[in-house]
Amino acid sequence: MTESTTNVGPEVQSAPSDNRGLHLLQEMLRIRRFEERCVELYSRSAIRGFLHLAIGEEACAVGVMAALSREDAVVSTYREHGHAIARGLSMRVIMAELEGKLEGCSRGRGGSMHLFDGTQRFYGGNAIVAGGLPLAVGLALADHLQSRPRVTACFFGDGAVAEGEFHEAMNLAALWHLPVLFCCENNLYAMGTPLQFTESETDLALKAASYRMPSWEVDAMDATAVERAAREATEAVRAGGGPHFLELRTYRFRSHSMYDPDRYRDKSEIERWKQRDPITTLVAQLNHDGQLADGQLERLEAAIAAEVEDAVTFADAGTDEPVDELTRFVTSTGTGGS
Amino acid sequence: MGDFTMPSLGADMLAGKVTQWLVKPGDRVHRGDIVAVVQTDKSDIEVEIFEDGTMGEILVPAGDRVSVGTVLAHVNGEASEFRGPVEISGETAALGPSSLTAVPQFEPGATSIAPSPPQPRLEAVATSVRASLHPGLVESPLVRSLAERLGVEVSTMVGSGVGGVITRRDVEHASNARVRPSSSPLARRMATELGIELSSLIGTGPHGAIIERDVGREQREPPPETPPIESDIRERRLAMQRAVGALMARSKREVPHYYLTATIDLSRATSWLDEANRSRPPATRLLMAALYFRATALAVKHVPEMNGLYVGETFTASERVHLGVAISQRTGGLIAPAIHDVDQISLEEVMVRTRDLVRRARNGVLRASEMSDPTLTVTNLGDLGVDSVFGVIYPPQVALVGFGRVREQPWAKDGLLTVRPCVIASLSGDHRVSDGMRGARFLSEIDRLLQEPESL
Amino acid sequence: MSVITYREAMRQAIREALLRDERVFVMGEDIGHYGGSYAVTLDLLEEFGPERIRDTPLSESGFVGAGIGAALGGMRPIVEVMTVNFSLLALDQIMNNAASLLYMSGGQLNVPLVIRMATGAGRQVGAQHSHSLEGWFAHIPGLRILAPATIEDARGMLWPALEDPDPVLIFEHAMLYNQEGELEEPFQPVDIKSAAVRRSGDELTIIAYGGTLRTALGAAEELATQGIDAEVIDLRCLRPLDTATLLSSVTRTHHAMVVDEGWRSGSLSAEISARITEEVFYDLDAPVSRVCSAEVPMPYAKHLEDAVLPQVLDVVNAAKVLCA
Repeated sequence: MTESTTNVGPEVQSAPSDNRGLHLLQEMLRIRRFEERCVELYSRSAIRGFLHLAIGEEACAVGVMAALSREDAVVSTYREHGHAIARGLSMRVIMAELEGKLEGCSRGRGGSMHLFDGTQRFYGGNAIVAGGLPLAVGLALADHLQSRPRVTACFFGDGAVAEGEFHEAMNLAALWHLPVLFCCENNLYAMGTPLQFTESETDLALKAASYRMPSWEVDAMDATAVERAAREATEAVRAGGGPHFLELRTYRFRSHSMYDPDRYRDKSEIERWKQRDPITTLVAQLNHDGQLADGQLERLEAAIAAEVEDAVTFADAGTDEPVDELTRFVTSTGTGGS
Repeated sequence: MGDFTMPSLGADMLAGKVTQWLVKPGDRVHRGDIVAVVQTDKSDIEVEIFEDGTMGEILVPAGDRVSVGTVLAHVNGEASEFRGPVEISGETAALGPSSLTAVPQFEPGATSIAPSPPQPRLEAVATSVRASLHPGLVESPLVRSLAERLGVEVSTMVGSGVGGVITRRDVEHASNARVRPSSSPLARRMATELGIELSSLIGTGPHGAIIERDVGREQREPPPETPPIESDIRERRLAMQRAVGALMARSKREVPHYYLTATIDLSRATSWLDEANRSRPPATRLLMAALYFRATALAVKHVPEMNGLYVGETFTASERVHLGVAISQRTGGLIAPAIHDVDQISLEEVMVRTRDLVRRARNGVLRASEMSDPTLTVTNLGDLGVDSVFGVIYPPQVALVGFGRVREQPWAKDGLLTVRPCVIASLSGDHRVSDGMRGARFLSEIDRLLQEPESL
Repeated sequence: MSVITYREAMRQAIREALLRDERVFVMGEDIGHYGGSYAVTLDLLEEFGPERIRDTPLSESGFVGAGIGAALGGMRPIVEVMTVNFSLLALDQIMNNAASLLYMSGGQLNVPLVIRMATGAGRQVGAQHSHSLEGWFAHIPGLRILAPATIEDARGMLWPALEDPDPVLIFEHAMLYNQEGELEEPFQPVDIKSAAVRRSGDELTIIAYGGTLRTALGAAEELATQGIDAEVIDLRCLRPLDTATLLSSVTRTHHAMVVDEGWRSGSLSAEISARITEEVFYDLDAPVSRVCSAEVPMPYAKHLEDAVLPQVLDVVNAAKVLCA
């Protein structure tokens, strides 16, 4: 029961007619420019640890977030800067987190892989592959038990599909008819291993369908396509249709993490995918529809550059959490105890 | 002009090798262009540049390995909204621990951020010590553990090794002279407190270890079928006497004692106590001794030279008042463990702690701190019927306050003769620290305080 | 005063929680229609219905993770894992999420979750259903680990555990479910912080918990007839440890012994022994002694299983050596 909305043809799709198209473009650009700056900061050691970038995959984040309401929940992965920005966390608190500062969204306790914001129902930042799926099921279960019409969107990559927790969570969600939107960002590689080397069935939407769950595959290099699919799925989930599954076919332009030599991919493959960059694709759509005024893109870029700079300034000026607070938050009530 | 530097591609990357330049001087470059290939410990990685401009001089040719942060090439930049690379390397210097720990002792002066390599500290210390042939120089952990195992005191030894280093042979040699018996930690602690040589005891624990009972602890509740053997008790008493005797001899030898007494009217204190105890069960009643302790501890505020320790020709007054309380033990002999901070705690608390201390002292279960902490001692021999006490100071303390028995005696006041309960308080003072004038002030302050029992 | 079993005490506690707080629900394998593999949840499905008494598929990681998510979503889940060996399938969720979320979110996301599971040997169920792994969980910062050893604790620990804003794991020794005991009425609340002195004595401190408390108490009675007066301490809370109670006892008795059904290498008993040695070394009159399970996977045959587990006689003999 998979339904394909994939469009790989050369013709330009129409962008949404209201301001939604511009919004998607702006959010993708914000993510792209933010992450490009992260590369630079990492190279000069201001950001440490693992840094996983979603450059090339921005359409997934902005398309799905555009379909969610403030009351909905988001569970994400370790490649979540884009999800966090699109969800509404400020670049400032994210950048401060990447620099390990007290002003960061996780007080510098989390770093790139563990961005959290309870007030925006952004539940991380989970760096165990597939570990977030059961959490999403539980969040949805809480909504179900309290009769709240909310949706929990859960992001994960194609690598997660091989994990037991993926299957346990899909089964539970379907069995209990819970309001989860599973968003599988299929970028074709589980770290450096191609999908066909890790999955007996590489059609992930088909796999999900075996749990009696409505599933689509979506061209996730096209932000408007992602947004349309996500809206449709979210409305169905919210209406009591049980869990839905979106296979977001995407591609990351950069390596898995900063220290990855990217030996497993052919340069020409990367170049081919870059021809389908979701940002240039959407710019073309908007121009085609006459939705982009003269100089508008440049103004947008300038504003975003300023926002990124402001985030870096904010993070650089941030403070280190005092070491005597080291054991704070091991438990809620005290300093942990042993 | 900016600098293109060896990037950090992971927290554990200290250096990288430029394997290939993809640009040459004069080439136009744009932010994000791949300009070189760098080999890290893991693999070859293409590295990008973060500004637009023209490549200048290449400083590190392909094939060279340099540390992170080293300038690889100059870039003639164009105006850019981003901060220039020069500023970037400046910031790197200010980054603090993360960058410094990531870039330790490499850095052959490529940038100014390299910390000076850490000094080989241990060696430096050892060298300087060796030069002056200090005793106690042990370098090998093996020798140290051997010395500990064999109970050889190395701190005063000068070894036969180079520069006086103590060798394994030195330790073995010394250990033949004196074998330390195995003993439990508790037994060692008690022996130290009581001044008993462990080697004089015979162990009855597992593998012949000296344990608590060998040192002279009284059985808590001796089971009826095994009454304590008379010789055991005698043995313990002797050990105790030896330890206390040595200390007292030292005191009399070294401390120039002076003595003062004062007769104190206890009628207010007695009636206040009677009132306070009226509603109390016997187990929690307040005793006169507690008033003595509080009065003594508070009087110290006015005459601080009574409270403290005389060590190494110098007296140091103590901020806190840890009152040594002389307690007679069932095995005979007196010990004087501390009640801590008597000036800070309530009378009630003093009483509770006194009871606890007496009980534990008589069972032989005192804490090490209680034996070592007293800053001033009080002895109350009133129960034993004596009129007054001329005590011997416990070194390194510098004073001891004694109380005799409370007895009714004629008392003239305002021209009238009455009968009042009185006690003779005495002070043994250390003349190196205080004198009769100060001592008299101290006793009269105790007297004054005992006239206001409610304030204690 | 009424006489009930440990199992009934636990059931009463769950029932009370379901009645007191509508955010409470129970999920786990075979807890509903089957009535619980140890019959703790018997009849609760009929009383509270399938929304609050949820049978789960055999997917420990999935439903423990769902419990964590539900706790984040405002519920107060009680998750039952059938036995501690199965909890290893959920170790990722317990360690990487339940125990870590509060800290790695900088204090934003606490996880008010209770996970119950059976632990321990004695029923000849072999090497995959019998181990005492609670010490592993006691290694993890962010968790509170409870081991009710008495009827009173079986009845009383659950509610304060649910009130704790952080994850609490309750380990119920399988051999205790049929134990009968008296329970005061009305029931008095218990704390989930402190160790308890279950028998006073002044020559030896025996430290036990869960299934080994009975062993320790039995040994103490036997030792009393041989002139050794042992104090028995029930740890109750394995993390954080109530070290003060242990140390104050040991400083009186000068002899300490740990009786633990876990293996000894890198274990809870090792931790307790280390703390005693670190804190009150100079009060010890003998080395700390340990009576633990033999370091083998649990064998099936009765005589072999008995040989693995700490028995009363093992404790008595070790105590006699310790106090020789």
